[in-house]
Amino acid sequence: MIMSLGPYASFIVTSYAAAALVVALLIGWIALDYRNQTQRLRELEERGITRRSGRSATDL
Amino acid sequence: MTLIDLANPTRFLALTARVLPWLAAATVLLLAIGLYQTALAPDDYQQGATVKIMFIHVPNAWLSMFVWGVMSIASLGTLVWRHPLADVAAKAAAPIGAAFTFLALLTGSLWGRPMWGTYWEWDARLTSVLILFLMYLGLMALWRAVDDPSRAARAAAVLTLVGALNLPIIKFSVDWWNTLHQPASVMRMGGSALDKSFLIPLLVMAVAFTLLFVTLHLAAMRNEILRRRVRSLQMMQASRVAFSSEMGAASRGQGASKEAGAA
Repeated sequence: MIMSLGPYASFIVTSYAAAALVVALLIGWIALDYRNQTQRLRELEERGITRRSGRSATDL
Repeated sequence: MTLIDLANPTRFLALTARVLPWLAAATVLLLAIGLYQTALAPDDYQQGATVKIMFIHVPNAWLSMFVWGVMSIASLGTLVWRHPLADVAAKAAAPIGAAFTFLALLTGSLWGRPMWGTYWEWDARLTSVLILFLMYLGLMALWRAVDDPSRAARAAAVLTLVGALNLPIIKFSVDWWNTLHQPASVMRMGGSALDKSFLIPLLVMAVAFTLLFVTLHLAAMRNEILRRRVRSLQMMQASRVAFSSEMGAASRGQGASKEAGAA
């Protein structure tokens, strides 16, 4: 079944595409941020900077 | 596990690491079901197929207010209960709430053009949501402007609670003022005005987007905890460097005075 979106199809498609893009950007930003933070923590630990508890900072 | 147990960031990280994959899977599943039902939903007798915009506009509009509500509760947690994760929760929610509010405005505008004949009207509902969006941006700027997270948290918490006054204004703006925006049709006295063929996909999409928010929020909170660990380790490193350079300067000073004494 092919969905018919009528004369305002461009408005409907743009709305869904914008929602998909913004959600994808949010997911990408959060994933990249996680990678950056864990990488910075690893670099600090490699330089001998550790938490007072002695546990690894990337210990999740 | 109680709320007190979750006050421990390490325990929070361990718990969310287990929960997040399930939440993400449930979100994807529910979004897929919602989108499928959306595709099958009939055209409206007046709006035609543009009614399909409702299935993403309404969940985003609902979340724009819900996220600020979550941030307001977290702000109370910061100011009243001093819960260690409260300001982490508030800070992590702001960009996600801003994104949902932006989508509510954008999809509303794209729905408004064919239905009202205009992308924008300075009516009470649209203007109050725009103010909400600007408040999200202001909060994010405030978090960035203050270096110390605990100082930023208190200022942001006060601003968030003041901003919460806008939520009833948004909700009741369509009843209090004469607006181009339609009055409430889902959550209203006397039940929903929507037919089941629209209401069910709409509710599924609303739950799916809410789950999406919970998933993204927990992930962003984890990132914020890690960012604070990075900050505290960097400060520890800086104090070690300062301490060792002070010790070096002191020992050089002692050596120089001994030499001067010998001479």
